[in-house]
Amino acid sequence: MAATRKPNMAAEKVKMPEQEPDVRNKNFKEVALGYTKEMAIEEATRCLNCKKPFCVDGCPVNVPIPRFIAEVVEGNFEEAYKIITEENALPAICGRVCPQESQCEGKCIRGRKSEPVGIGRLERFVADYHREHGQVIKPEIVRNGKKVAVVGSGPSGITCAGELAKRGYEVTVFEALHKTGGVLSYGIPEFRLPKALVQQEIDTVADLGVDFQTNVVVGQSITIDELQEEGYEAIFVGSGAGLPRFQGIPGENLNGVYSANEFLTRVNLMKAYMFPDRPTPIKITETVCVVGAGNVAMDAARTAKRLGAKNVYIVYRRSREEAPARAEEVHHAEEEGIIFKFLNNPIAINGEDGWVKSITVQEMTLGEPDASGRRRPIPVEGSTWDIETGTFIVAIGQSPNPLIRNTTPGLDTQRWGGIIVDEETMESSRPGVYAGGDAVTGAATVILAMGAGKAAAKAIDEKLGGK
Amino acid sequence: MYEIIEKKALNDVVFEMVVHAPMVARKCEPGQFVIVRVGEDGERIPLTIGDYDREAQTITMVVQSVGFSTKQLDKLQAGDCLTDFVGPLGVPTALHKCKHVVGVAGGVGSAPLYPQLKKLAEMGVDVDVIIGGREAQYVLWADKFAEFCKHVYIATDDGSLGTKGFGTTVLQNLIDSGEEIDEVIAIGPVIMMKNVVKVTKPYGIKTMVSLNPLMVDGTGMCGCCRVTVDGKIKFACVDGPDFDGANVDFDELMARQRFFKDEEHIVDENADRICNLMRGDA
Repeated sequence: MAATRKPNMAAEKVKMPEQEPDVRNKNFKEVALGYTKEMAIEEATRCLNCKKPFCVDGCPVNVPIPRFIAEVVEGNFEEAYKIITEENALPAICGRVCPQESQCEGKCIRGRKSEPVGIGRLERFVADYHREHGQVIKPEIVRNGKKVAVVGSGPSGITCAGELAKRGYEVTVFEALHKTGGVLSYGIPEFRLPKALVQQEIDTVADLGVDFQTNVVVGQSITIDELQEEGYEAIFVGSGAGLPRFQGIPGENLNGVYSANEFLTRVNLMKAYMFPDRPTPIKITETVCVVGAGNVAMDAARTAKRLGAKNVYIVYRRSREEAPARAEEVHHAEEEGIIFKFLNNPIAINGEDGWVKSITVQEMTLGEPDASGRRRPIPVEGSTWDIETGTFIVAIGQSPNPLIRNTTPGLDTQRWGGIIVDEETMESSRPGVYAGGDAVTGAATVILAMGAGKAAAKAIDEKLGGK
Repeated sequence: MYEIIEKKALNDVVFEMVVHAPMVARKCEPGQFVIVRVGEDGERIPLTIGDYDREAQTITMVVQSVGFSTKQLDKLQAGDCLTDFVGPLGVPTALHKCKHVVGVAGGVGSAPLYPQLKKLAEMGVDVDVIIGGREAQYVLWADKFAEFCKHVYIATDDGSLGTKGFGTTVLQNLIDSGEEIDEVIAIGPVIMMKNVVKVTKPYGIKTMVSLNPLMVDGTGMCGCCRVTVDGKIKFACVDGPDFDGANVDFDELMARQRFFKDEEHIVDENADRICNLMRGDA
């Protein structure tokens, strides 16, 4: 079919319709509005349908990208959905938050001379189309009666649970919070990932027979040992990187200082963006400073803007090139009026009567590459300055949550807290206990966590299936 | 779900609630806390466990009805269910066998102090309790403590019951009278715990306190509950809530508790509207 068609050689992707920057920075509705059918088909025709598709190698869960795009070209969106979900249980989410530029699209042949095919946008379109028009297809599952426990309902946990349920396992997911979704619910803001959509993707997994139990803190309410005693033949730990880091500078406990986790959890999970229509508060001042330049920092800054802050600064000790956030996120933040102060490092938070009044920042320059391969930021002697601000948000990363490693004897962890696993099977030093996602890698991406959950599900099935 | 088995008013602002929560009752230990929610968009309310019954699978909490969310909780009655109930959270109190421990409770602090002293008594420690309150009605659980405490001392601000003055007055008297005290456990308002530590510090009496900073998730995720202990940042939810009072920066904690004071007023003023909105959501 597709072999006869002439590829569309347009150099640029079909433009994604978006809310205007000056409109969207005042609301929490989704920024990117999604392709229409026509746009999707047009973009899909830019795919060369390569015999040896590099894009698939670039995808941590190996979605058969050219195959699904070929169906989009023909307008067979439901068929495209089926193809994607053979490998990816959460396409609506991945289509929105995956760093495609460093994965599938980063490998796309079209990207060598012009823009790559908009694979993420097409994935999103297909998932959204299915959600609006598709039939719920309940796969026939033959239950094997074997019990598996999954700790955490974030991206790795949901993926692992879904994969195992499809293979017939009785899966119970234990979630510490009152709401499922992990970072998809408490971390990523509504304007980037609508929560209704997250819920729908989780419902799809629940429809496979997965039992979600909220309000269970594994390590506190029940330990890994107790889960094994209760007959769970394998346990997957996807407890995330939920322990915020602080810089260790003076003034971090002043009122007005938040970890990005606290700030975003209040706004996203507890709906403080609706305050005072909802009871959980958030306090915002005219000026807000965020330290860090990852995706979480962008989310915090853009959220602060939407909550009404006039001046929102992102302060980062390295330069734009080293910023870990996706280029698209930095671009969106700039469009919305976020002020970037690259090569500046906060060294003190100054307070008055217990409240933040300003921060002192140190100008930096770049020296030789450090252990991370990025050029090391070094202070410029004698050049510090102050930014007047009432709010300071710390977005410099998270460490894995300690509750499980502290209560699981024999579970080997890295010095910084990450659970050590066999890279292929994701099995930890405790037989039958697997782990993946940020709990293993430290804060990373949704799709890498999903890949880990999927790999663990495969390894668990191989081990238990052989019994 | 999490059914309220029993609920009663203890005075004009404080109520006691017994909740069916098997997962928590099975495992909780003195010093730990739970987080409860009322309504689909309700706040997460951290509450220290007052008592627990492993057989009946229940948890008892004593709550002061002060803000919007605790007032919402107060509206519920036996037979109603809580939307969420999670725990046990925090580290259990490290209780050591020694000769003599004095507990000092202020207001609703009686409840979290109770299981700690009870367990110490079971371990063979001589325990006394000093219960403080503004007036007689605010002295809580004196009868429950009497079951195992050698002495139950009471102090009220207005002298309507027991000694006129604060719990610290009684504690100072005990020390002055030459009582050998191995350890003090103080639980109550921050200012009261700070003052207890002021009394005991000169004598080098180890004083444990249970901190109640603002909190969101209660599992170490947000860092809202950070406190300075011995010059280091600690998260009360996963490192505490119990700390050695001699090392706690109480002034900082008191300042941090005022972070959302303005917003709390706004919520109180909008209470009825928020209730309606939340109901519409459910």
